Amino acid sequence: MIDWTRPRLRVVNLKKSYDAKVVLDGVDLEVFPGQIVAVIGSSGSGKSTVLRCVNLLEDIQDGQIFLEGREISEPDVNQDQVREEIGLVFQSFNLFAHLSILENITLALIHVKKLPKDEARKRALSWLERIGLAEKADSYPDKLSGGQQQRTAIVRAVAMEPKVLLLDEVTSALDPELVGEVLSLIKDLKANGTTILMATHELSFAREVADWVIFLENGKILEQGEAKEFFDNPKQPRTKEFLTRMIKRTD
Amino acid sequence: MSDSNASEAELRRRVWRAKRNRKSIMVSLLSTLAFAALVWFGLLATPGWERVQSSFFDWETAVASFPRVFDGLMLNLRVLLASGVLVLVFGLLLAIFRTLKNPIFFPLRVLTQAYVDLFRGLPLILVLYLVGFGIPGLRIEFLGRIPSEVLGIIALTLTYSAYVSEVFRAGIEAVHPAQRLAARSLGLSYPKSMRLVVLPQAIRKVVPPLMNDFVALQKDVGLISVLGAIDAVRGAQIEVAKFANFTPYVVAGLLFVLLAIPTVRLADRIQRKYSEREQAGNTL
Repeated sequence: MIDWTRPRLRVVNLKKSYDAKVVLDGVDLEVFPGQIVAVIGSSGSGKSTVLRCVNLLEDIQDGQIFLEGREISEPDVNQDQVREEIGLVFQSFNLFAHLSILENITLALIHVKKLPKDEARKRALSWLERIGLAEKADSYPDKLSGGQQQRTAIVRAVAMEPKVLLLDEVTSALDPELVGEVLSLIKDLKANGTTILMATHELSFAREVADWVIFLENGKILEQGEAKEFFDNPKQPRTKEFLTRMIKRTD
Repeated sequence: MSDSNASEAELRRRVWRAKRNRKSIMVSLLSTLAFAALVWFGLLATPGWERVQSSFFDWETAVASFPRVFDGLMLNLRVLLASGVLVLVFGLLLAIFRTLKNPIFFPLRVLTQAYVDLFRGLPLILVLYLVGFGIPGLRIEFLGRIPSEVLGIIALTLTYSAYVSEVFRAGIEAVHPAQRLAARSLGLSYPKSMRLVVLPQAIRKVVPPLMNDFVALQKDVGLISVLGAIDAVRGAQIEVAKFANFTPYVVAGLLFVLLAIPTVRLADRIQRKYSEREQAGNTL
């Protein structure tokens, strides 16, 4: 499924700091078409910042970001157009509170993708059907469970047909019993060949669904590898320690 | 409520609550009556009451002065509607100017800030004088003679836009930044995310305080009389001079109150609706 000819997304020597505090200290990564790359690490390690930088929501202090070979970290690129091609899903869903579920999905289809209204509606409805929320189409976000909201937020991003989907701790704000439905949607997306870069705390899920795992600590990549190899045979003592600590906590 | 399978403890609580309710109703009824009686007899007992009654509450003067005062009120109503709409437009524009973060908008932001500071501090009556006598004083030929109610609309709009822009700005700032982030992440430009995501939510939040400003504007339209517009207050003034009796002022006052009541009730209803939604289940 993975197309190894050219990376969809390439990040080179990414550096980011807030005033004197260094958050990312030279991060390199690649995501190939159809691949799922998971970034793990303790909170404050810079996982979310990587995603926000890739989506150009943060200024960077050094490094380059390429989308399909085009450098998007140049100051003269049209950032809105880049964001249109990179989907981002937030930990706290961030559905538009004043719009129905359906309108949440159609808003950018109509105003960014310039789809005709009925076509946007059709596309949104077919996505809602796929996640079993078609009958909630006219409900407002606050009437939905966290899991339903997050699935809607994912679909809102995916309906734009982005080249890369960024998932920022999408299950961290959910009740444990609602995590499953969100994870199965992501598996469904993987089966359809969506290219995903995700920051996550769900180690067992990362192991199951990710092709490549990156362990980030203090803004640096400490270790990375194929998911199975990474979890079964971590090389660095620090990685081992992190994995045992996280697994102990989730048990 | 009268389900038969309520426990004995619950039944006891219900009896106690009913008793307490009856008691509070009795107490409030009695205290209202006592207060009304005190005011009534207190007023009647004052030595000047007879005089006051005949010069402020004279039925015949009221009836005779009503048409002119009522006509004046219609003018107030037109001024109210015109300045109400203009205030919303300018207030929103000013608020948007103040939220622009790009450095190239710095002068615009500073000017807006200065404008808001100036007109929030300046008493409305002074603005009315300055606009009402200043603009005609410029003798701009092609404008001709500007009707005083138009000058009044300008002055009211200048002052109220400053207040209303603050209300809008508070609303815009109350929309969670994550909403804007979500909009931008989907590729919506700044103006589009403002128009489609932030403003619709901000406006919903500020409807109750806006209604409050509208009620204040409703009273302040009476001040255009200082420019010579024959509104309800000015009309009443003329009638007062004619009858040598103050009753027309009371008539005008009552008409203003009648005009305000629907708006005030509507504002209360909206306020209640919003607080119910935001504090569901909170009865304290």
